[in-house]
Amino acid sequence: MRWVNIRPGRRQSTVLGAVPLLLIVLVYVIASASRHAANPSDKVLPTPGAMATAMHGLLTSADPLSGKLIFWADTMASLERLGLALGICTLSALLVGMVLGVLPAARATLGGLVTTIAVIPPIALLPILFIAFGLGETAKVALIVIGITPFMIRDLADHVATIPREQLIKAQTLGASSWQLALRVALPQALPRLIAGLRLSLGPAWVYLISAEAIASDVGLGYRIFLVRRYLSMDIIIPYVAWISLLAIAMDFALMQLSRRAFAWAHAGAR
Amino acid sequence: MSEPLLSFENVWLEYGDKVVLEHVDLAIAAGSFVSIVGPSGAGKSSFLRLVLGQEAPTRGRILLDGAALAAECGPDRGIVFQRYSVFPHLSALGNVMLNREFAAAPFTARLFGRARREAEAEAEAMLTEVGLGDALHLYPAQLSGGMQQRLAIAQALMARPRVLLLDEPFGALDPGIRQDMHRLILSLWSEHELTVLMVTHDIGEAFKLGTRILSFDKRRIDPHAPHRFGATAVYDLALRAKPQEKIAE
Repeated sequence: MRWVNIRPGRRQSTVLGAVPLLLIVLVYVIASASRHAANPSDKVLPTPGAMATAMHGLLTSADPLSGKLIFWADTMASLERLGLALGICTLSALLVGMVLGVLPAARATLGGLVTTIAVIPPIALLPILFIAFGLGETAKVALIVIGITPFMIRDLADHVATIPREQLIKAQTLGASSWQLALRVALPQALPRLIAGLRLSLGPAWVYLISAEAIASDVGLGYRIFLVRRYLSMDIIIPYVAWISLLAIAMDFALMQLSRRAFAWAHAGAR
Repeated sequence: MSEPLLSFENVWLEYGDKVVLEHVDLAIAAGSFVSIVGPSGAGKSSFLRLVLGQEAPTRGRILLDGAALAAECGPDRGIVFQRYSVFPHLSALGNVMLNREFAAAPFTARLFGRARREAEAEAEAMLTEVGLGDALHLYPAQLSGGMQQRLAIAQALMARPRVLLLDEPFGALDPGIRQDMHRLILSLWSEHELTVLMVTHDIGEAFKLGTRILSFDKRRIDPHAPHRFGATAVYDLALRAKPQEKIAE
């Protein structure tokens, strides 16, 4: 049989997918053990046991200033910032993207502005945001919003604008006004794309969140990683990075499931 | 003969210095089934777009029921395209109900309660008439090409258009299905007393379905500036067949 025709089944795919991940873990454990054999106080590749001990501390000990459990306080603070920012992004992308996609006149007026904002590297705007909004939550949320909204708006507007012309004509011959056309024809077809755009934006959103937290914050997953870096605490950094990845995967999975449940028609081809 | 339903008075369509249609003078009677044939690029689709209101004539006027046609699509003219005529995010029932929802609910474009049940019953009857009575809750992606065109026709008929425009509606279907569709469109035509304008590439189909054939082509060609002469209806054949005879064929 040709190699291109070998298609693993569902269970085989799961097993095959787990192999590289397990290999990485295995390589790490071996490397860590050999470094510790040479130098018992090595900090660069902490053993799983050391990581568990360090994390146990953060999970159970309260921050002396705020009285909250450090790990959960970090997680909640980061998720709050991320959730708020993603909510603002999604709503504004939906609103602006729909208007740009449906109305050619709006596209002609505002399309250039959105494109211009989209090409500015958001991190370059971070100092301006800190100056304008102070070092509080607003600047961090604003960085994420400015970082991903233009992309989501452009993605959604392009998608709506490429709805076949035949459909728009057909709706008009069925008596649709501009508003009705936007509401019943464009909006339902835009929503699955909005979720897809949001999924693609999760990666950059985490980058901006951690950047903002690293520079000015007093709580948060990104803040913690950059704080303990000073003490070379790989035993905290590595579990935190793994936790961030897990959160990102969970969010992506939840969005995918939401899209499949709510917009089954859009996924009909994939089944 | 009484007043024509649709009339063209010296209609020209030009894009810049390119003349697409020239001197189109036609009167189309209510109840006729007009087949429009002609080579590619002879302005068949442009002609249909003019009737649809997707484009305005550069010169001349088009009258529907004696009133000048607005250069915008409206519910008095229905359309079935070769593809993309139905909405992928709505079930067959939802697609067909759409016209009622647009008409009755200007702001929400949705119906609820009794009004919804009435519209559903109406849509169901229409779907049954085109042979989709078993596919009410299927989405277009789950329907075959022929079924999608049936759905598109049902959807267009719900708006009770004065003129039904068909833009190569059966061009993408295989021959067997096409025969079924011919029977369907003829029975709908006589049942609903429709006036149909159909663009087709298939001469046999044009003669089989039409009560009148319009053949579009250029009368003159300037070899140095082929774009300066437009196409017009060079042949206009009346076939005078009755709907019942057509169906019997």
